[in-house]
Amino acid sequence: MCELDTKAPKIATGDRAILPEGARTIPIFVMGKQYDVPETLTIMKAMEFAGFKFLRGSGCRGGICGACPTVYRKAGDYKLYYGLACQTVVEPDMYLAQIPFFPANRAAFDLEALEGSVDTIHALYPELFRCVACNQCTKACPMDVDVLGYISAIKQGQIEKAARLSFDCIQCGLCASRCMGEIPQYHVAQLARRIFARYIQPQAEHLAKRVQDIEAGKYDPMLDKLNGMDREALEKLYVEREREPEFAPAGEWLPKDTSNL
Amino acid sequence: MAYTPEMKELIKRVEATRPARLEKARREEHYPALTMAQREEVLSKFHPDYQEDGKRTVAVGPNKGDTYQEGVAALLESKSVVRPDKVDLTKVDHETDVLVIGGGGAGTSAALMAAEGGCKVIIATKLRHGDSNTVMAEGGIQGATHEGDSPYYHYLDTIGGGHFTNQRDLVAALANDAPLSIAWLEKLGMMFNKYEDGRTVVRHCGGSSRKRLQSSGDMTGAEIMRVVRDEVRNRSDLITTLEFSPAVELLLDDDGKCAGAILMNMETKEFSIVRAKAVVIATGGFGRLHIKGFATTNHYGATMDGVVMAYRAGVGNKSLHSTQYHPTGTAYPEQNVGLLITEKVRGLGAHVLNIDGEQFCFPLEPRDVESAELICEAMEKGKGIMTPTGRVGLWLDSPMIDELHGPGTVKKELPAKFIQFERHGIDISKEPMLVYPTLHYQNGGINVNGNSETVVPGLYAAGEAIGGVHGENRLMGNSLQDIITFGRRAGVNASKYVNAGVELKNLSLDHVVNFEKELEEAGVTDPKVAPIVLPDYSTDEVAENRWPDALTDGVPGV
Repeated sequence: MCELDTKAPKIATGDRAILPEGARTIPIFVMGKQYDVPETLTIMKAMEFAGFKFLRGSGCRGGICGACPTVYRKAGDYKLYYGLACQTVVEPDMYLAQIPFFPANRAAFDLEALEGSVDTIHALYPELFRCVACNQCTKACPMDVDVLGYISAIKQGQIEKAARLSFDCIQCGLCASRCMGEIPQYHVAQLARRIFARYIQPQAEHLAKRVQDIEAGKYDPMLDKLNGMDREALEKLYVEREREPEFAPAGEWLPKDTSNL
Repeated sequence: MAYTPEMKELIKRVEATRPARLEKARREEHYPALTMAQREEVLSKFHPDYQEDGKRTVAVGPNKGDTYQEGVAALLESKSVVRPDKVDLTKVDHETDVLVIGGGGAGTSAALMAAEGGCKVIIATKLRHGDSNTVMAEGGIQGATHEGDSPYYHYLDTIGGGHFTNQRDLVAALANDAPLSIAWLEKLGMMFNKYEDGRTVVRHCGGSSRKRLQSSGDMTGAEIMRVVRDEVRNRSDLITTLEFSPAVELLLDDDGKCAGAILMNMETKEFSIVRAKAVVIATGGFGRLHIKGFATTNHYGATMDGVVMAYRAGVGNKSLHSTQYHPTGTAYPEQNVGLLITEKVRGLGAHVLNIDGEQFCFPLEPRDVESAELICEAMEKGKGIMTPTGRVGLWLDSPMIDELHGPGTVKKELPAKFIQFERHGIDISKEPMLVYPTLHYQNGGINVNGNSETVVPGLYAAGEAIGGVHGENRLMGNSLQDIITFGRRAGVNASKYVNAGVELKNLSLDHVVNFEKELEEAGVTDPKVAPIVLPDYSTDEVAENRWPDALTDGVPGV
């Protein structure tokens, strides 16, 4: 029988970093102060190991929310490095400073009222044209997004290209922190993606049809019938339900019994 | 960290069995799925929920006598962060129509719909707006939008996946509203994966009878959150967002209606009082309680706050004894431990394998069954792979995906996952991933009806904080649907309630006083102080070096 419930190994308790016996530690500097932490930890876990508790600058802890952008230096190196604290592994003599939030201008808009063209973006963010193509934004991006690429695409009127190039953006703001043209890149990209999805990418016809049917109450009797069934009858339906084949082309396959569609 | 030489040796066994497994997969021959009876057996033996150890009954409140995991029971029996006799409830800091507690997908959808109904809204959120489990959801959102599917089948799949323990009206609401939610998101400018004609790309997920999972790459939740949050920023005329301001207690009025909440400024430790005609709790789940020592996929703030506050206000829970362990959490490298590897990986055809490279389960069983099978293989049969830090894992053979669907598929369909592993020197299109079940979802939560209403007038709840929709097991893609369906319903119904006219009487914390009296009478002498707001990951050594007084302050987050 599985023993996991009775004595979970100490090492596996959640996110808490445990220093195994004989493990090597390395010195890091958090805002100037030295701490010795186990190697292989992320910046976030290393700082927690050192006793810091994040209020800002920690979110999903999984590299997707953009709350923990970090800028760091290495000893004797003039260069600034960028990353997410929850994803970047500590190195000896790293000098760390967390960036909880970087302010950037965001233009408000009414998506339904605006014209779905690139002129809208140009009008809402005229600072776009202050871009000098220095590419610091791209260098700072922890998601390897081609920031300069999508900004250039928008300047050239290519909304779809910009939407696709910027898709991995987690809106951490590191791009904006480095921009000498003071462009809020991530807000501009968000607008481009919403315009693309709303006005350029075709809307789903099958979805619109389904919405109509739902609003007309087509499925109410079916759902009421299911709600009224006893467990046994439901189990029977569940077990007998037909499974759509893996490689059936979208929208073409229909079950044998179409009365519940 | 890239794989160690020892692990690379083991990967050769995976590669050795791959051609034969690929051959079968192309013929659509699967490792046989379990029968209902076999499912029950593996669950009862290996799923942590089914073992009596580490559970106890709670002594107070609406669910008095019910059994929960220790960490959950302790929070249900907790005392308040605020001392009711010291709070001046006549000094109101914010007035609003609707207070939304929680800034994830459910709370943000609720705020948008309440504003749509003409209400003034405050969103109070513990972290940054949008920082939530929503952003971490990868695979997709369920919704019966295609011709061969319908809400009828979505209902059946959901209730079967939940072992028929689901609350029926909630399942019907979910299945019915799912296409409406997707249409709403499409209209807000969400980038779904689509074919050229606009048809959404759909896939199967564990426990589905139809290809119903719609997605945006492998960051569907992040895309939903980006879009709804962006829209809130367009509605600053009606919606105010207070970040780093978790609610720590609900306020009722003299009639027992919900009338607002006390918020805490996490940085200055100031408390403030929000007087609101209606309140929506959308605080998410409890992954950060690390039930039974499991790692978690959840975000930093997932500490069950909403359930705790609602419980003191007299709102019971449903299915809160049930925890979803996602079968595939990262087991290696150590930096990513616990993080989710979307079910989509298995949906795209990747097999789960043991140390010998052998398949031992159907890859798309319902999640709890799949988790139990993995735990059994690793712990009972000893067929897991040990990591250098003493964790155990099983292989998830992701390189199969490129073989089945063409080179580049992994990178295209799983971009975020690809980057996440590439950072540590692992190319998941060429090397398998190492996985183990991870604490993923709070299946249960606040008791609501199909309108997102609780038993307290004016108090609504939505998202992972509510219980009953998924019964004792949630299907993939139903959580993103749940937050939108019930977030929208909570917002719509809260605004209707407000618009019908609400007369608030004096604000009151009597429910807290009474609850704490009940604690005392039940002999709970040293209750935890909750909501705990944020977990503490400092080491024992650091904790010992802190001034004892700082630990007994009683205010979480200090």
